[in-house]
Amino acid sequence: MLMLEKRSNPSRGWTYASPIVAVILTMILGGIVFAILGKPPLETIRTIFFDPLFSEFAWFYRPQLLIKGAPLVLIAIGLSFGFRAGVWNIGAEGQYIMGALGAAAVGLAFYPTDSWIVFPLMIIAGTLSGILWAMIPAVLRVKFKTNEILVSLMLVYVAERFAASMALGAMRNPDGMGFPGSRNLSQYPSAANLEIFAGSGMHWGVVAAFIAVIFAYVTLSRHILGFQVRLAGQSPRAAAFAGVNPARLILICLGISGGLAGMAGMFEVAGPLGQVNVGFNVGYGFTAIIVAFLGRLHPVGILLSGGLMALTYIGGEIAQSNLGLPSAAIQLLQGMLLFILLMVDVLANYRIRFAAGEK
Amino acid sequence: MSLLTIENLTKAYPGVVANNDVSLEIGRGEIHALLGENGAGKSTLVKAIYGLVKPDAGKMTLNGADFEPANPSAARAAGIAMVFQHFSLFDALTVAENIALGLENPPPQAQISEDVRKVSDQYGLPLDPEMIVGDLSAGERQRVEIIRCLLQDPKLLIMDEPTSVLTPQEVTILFETLRKLQSEGTSILYISHKLEEIRALCDNATVLRLGQVVGTCDPRRTSARDMAELMVGMALQITSKSGKPLGDVALRLSNLTAGAPHQFGTALKHISLEVRKGEVLGIGGVAGNGQDELVAALSGEMKVGAQMVVMGDIPIGALPPNKRRAMGLCAAPEERNGHAAAPDMTLVENALMTGATRLSLTRNGFLQWDKARAFADAIIETFDVRTPSANNTARSLSGGNLQKFVIGREIMQNPDVLVINQPTWGVDASAAASIRQAILDLANNGAAVVVISQDLDELMEISDRFAALNEGKLSEPRPTQGLTMEEIGLMLGGAHGMEVAHVDA
Repeated sequence: MLMLEKRSNPSRGWTYASPIVAVILTMILGGIVFAILGKPPLETIRTIFFDPLFSEFAWFYRPQLLIKGAPLVLIAIGLSFGFRAGVWNIGAEGQYIMGALGAAAVGLAFYPTDSWIVFPLMIIAGTLSGILWAMIPAVLRVKFKTNEILVSLMLVYVAERFAASMALGAMRNPDGMGFPGSRNLSQYPSAANLEIFAGSGMHWGVVAAFIAVIFAYVTLSRHILGFQVRLAGQSPRAAAFAGVNPARLILICLGISGGLAGMAGMFEVAGPLGQVNVGFNVGYGFTAIIVAFLGRLHPVGILLSGGLMALTYIGGEIAQSNLGLPSAAIQLLQGMLLFILLMVDVLANYRIRFAAGEK
Repeated sequence: MSLLTIENLTKAYPGVVANNDVSLEIGRGEIHALLGENGAGKSTLVKAIYGLVKPDAGKMTLNGADFEPANPSAARAAGIAMVFQHFSLFDALTVAENIALGLENPPPQAQISEDVRKVSDQYGLPLDPEMIVGDLSAGERQRVEIIRCLLQDPKLLIMDEPTSVLTPQEVTILFETLRKLQSEGTSILYISHKLEEIRALCDNATVLRLGQVVGTCDPRRTSARDMAELMVGMALQITSKSGKPLGDVALRLSNLTAGAPHQFGTALKHISLEVRKGEVLGIGGVAGNGQDELVAALSGEMKVGAQMVVMGDIPIGALPPNKRRAMGLCAAPEERNGHAAAPDMTLVENALMTGATRLSLTRNGFLQWDKARAFADAIIETFDVRTPSANNTARSLSGGNLQKFVIGREIMQNPDVLVINQPTWGVDASAAASIRQAILDLANNGAAVVVISQDLDELMEISDRFAALNEGKLSEPRPTQGLTMEEIGLMLGGAHGMEVAHVDA
C-alpha cells in the first residue's frame, strides 16, 4: 500500500525540483490532450515552449516575452505577500483594471499637455487606484470578517463593468467617430510607456517588475515585515503571540498586491495596450495566481515562472495561428500546470512509503 | 503464585529497541508499579500484554499457561483490562451507552445501568449511568472507563498514568477503589511517574530505562529520590530556593475580567493578585478553567482593560505583546507547536519570534540574522537543547527539547515578569528539574514569576504562594509552606458530583 509520511524537515531538493517536474509532467499530459484534440502532440509542445525562443521568428517573439511577462511578475510578486500570510486576494484582475482606469484618467485629463510630470503622476494614480480597490475587501474583512476571496473576486466583475462604462462614456475618445475606447495613450508622448531600447520589449513596466522582485526578495528575507508575513501564514497563533497585528497585516498584504496590480494596469494601458476599451483586460490578474504558486511564492521563482507563463501565452498564440489549436486548450494547459504543481508539491513535505498491509 | 510472568520480552522498532530482554512478575492481588521516563518502553510493554503489539521474542505466562494475545479482545477474554491515559468515550452518549459500546456482548441497557449502579456503589466510584459523558469531569470520565473494565471482572487491571487528570480528592477516591480491588484478589499494573503516589499505593515497582529493566524495588521502603535517580540513571539536581526577602510588587492584576475569546473558551472572572520581585506564584487547576485565557491576557494576545494588568505602576492591560516585552514581561504559552513556536520555521527564526524586541535583533526593521543565530545558539547551549543545528525546524525537535528551547528563549531575555503555562509538560524528569531550577534562578535574580501548571507537585516545589484557577475564578493565593493536599483540593474546587468515598471494606 502507498503511504504518505510527513517529513520532519521539508526536502530542499524537492522544493526546487517540483516546479521543474511539474512543467515536464504538464508537457507530457498536455501532449496527450493535444493528441486527443487531433493535433500533433510533439509539434504542438515544441511550438508552445520552444518556438518563441528558438525558431526563425524568435527575434519577433523574444521582446514579447518581456511585454507579457512584466505584468504577470509584477502582479504575482504582490500576490505572493498575501498568499504567504494566508490573505487570499483573488481579485488582482479587478485591481489591475482599476489601476489602468485611474492612470488613464490622469493621462486623459492632461491631454494634450506636454510635461514630464504626466507619466509619474499616472504611475501614482494607477497604483493608488489598485490599492483603493483592494482596500474594499481588506476593510470588509478587518471590520466585518467577510471572506476576502469572495469579495475580491466579485469586485473583478464590478471593475469590468466599470471599465466598459468608461470606455463607452466618460473616457471615450471624442475624436473616435463614436467607436468605443479612449484615446490611444501610447500615441501621447507625455503619457506613453515606450520601449527604453527600441525593439527590445523593455518598457518601464519591465523595469518596475525587476525592482519589485528585488524589493520583495529583500523584504521577505531581511525585513521584519517579511518575517511577520511568513509567520502569520504558517502559524496564526504563534504570530499573534509574537505581536503581529493581524488586521494591520491584512491591510498591508492587500495593499501591496492591489498596488502592484494597479501599477501593472498602468504600464499596460500606457504602453502595449494603449487605450481603455471594453474588455481590455486579458486575465493577467488570474494568470498571476498561477505564476505566484509556480514560483513557490519566492521572488526569484516568480521571475522564472512569469517568464514561463509568458512563453505559453506567446507559444499559444503561435499554435493557434499555425496549428489551429483552440485558445481554450492553452488556458487548459496553464491550469494543468498549477494543478500538477500542487500534486508534485506534496513530495516536498511528505515522503512516499511502500508499506505492507499490516501496521 | 504469580498471576503474570514476563520473561525476556524483546520488541524492536526500526531504529530503536523499545523493550530489551524485559522480565517482570506480577503476583495475585499485587499493585505493581511500572516506572520510567518518556520513551523508556512502558507503553510498548503494556501494549504487548494487552495484545496491541506482538513481541519479537520472549514469553508471557498468565496463570501458569502460555499467554500470547493476538489482539485486545483476546487479552480481555483472558482477564486483562486496561484504562488508557486518553479516554475513548463519546461525549454525546450516556455513561451506560458508552459502557455498552466497550463490551464484547453487551446486555440490555437497563441491565447495564443496574450493573453500573452496583459496581459504582460497591467500589466507591460515584457515577450516574444516565448522565451524558460530555457533562462529566475528567475524574468522572475516568470512572466510566474503570467501571467498564470492572464489568468484565478482570484479573489484571492496567492503569496508564491514571492520576494526571485528577484533583487530590479524586485521587483519594481512586486509591480507595484500587485497594478494594486488591483486597478481592485483582492485580493492578500501575504506570506512573508520580513517585509519591507509587510509594503510597504500590507493593512492588519495576523501573525501566531505555527499554531495559534497571531495577526493582519496594516503593514503601525506597525514597522517591532514589527511585527517580534509578529512573533517570543519574543523580538528580535538587531545585533550591534562596529564601531571599521579596521585593516590591512587580505585577498586579486587579479585578481582571474578560469574556471567553471563542466558543470553547473560558471567561475570566474578577481575578486579582499581586506578584512581588523574586517571588514565584503557582497557579493550579484542571485544564480548561481559564489557563490559556489568563496567559493571553498577561502576554498581550488578548487585550483587557488597561488598569486590570499593572506592571510596577504602569497600566499595561491594553498594550500589545511587543510593548509588554519591551517593558520586561515575557510569556511562554502551553502549546509549543503553533503557539509558542512556529513548527515549520527554524530555531533561529523561532528565537527571533519573541526575542526581536528585547534583544534588538532588528535594526530599522531589518533583521539581524547573525545576532538571531547567536541568540538561538546560546539558548541551545545553555538549556541543553538536543538538535543538530539551529537551522533545524522546530517540528523536528522532540517535545521536551522544544519545550527547553521555548522556556530558554524567554528566560534568556532576562524578563522582570515571566508567565509560564505548563513549564514541564511532556518533558523528562532531568530536563524538568533543570527547567524548574532555571525558573527559580530567574526569581532569585529578582524577577517575578507566574507558573501555571496542572502538576501540583511541581507547583509545591517551586512556588512561594499557591492559588487555584477554577471556572475562570482565582482563589486567594496562600503561602505554599504548610499547605496540605486536602486544602489544595478544596481550593481547586473539585469536580461536581464529588462525594466522600464510601467503600464498604
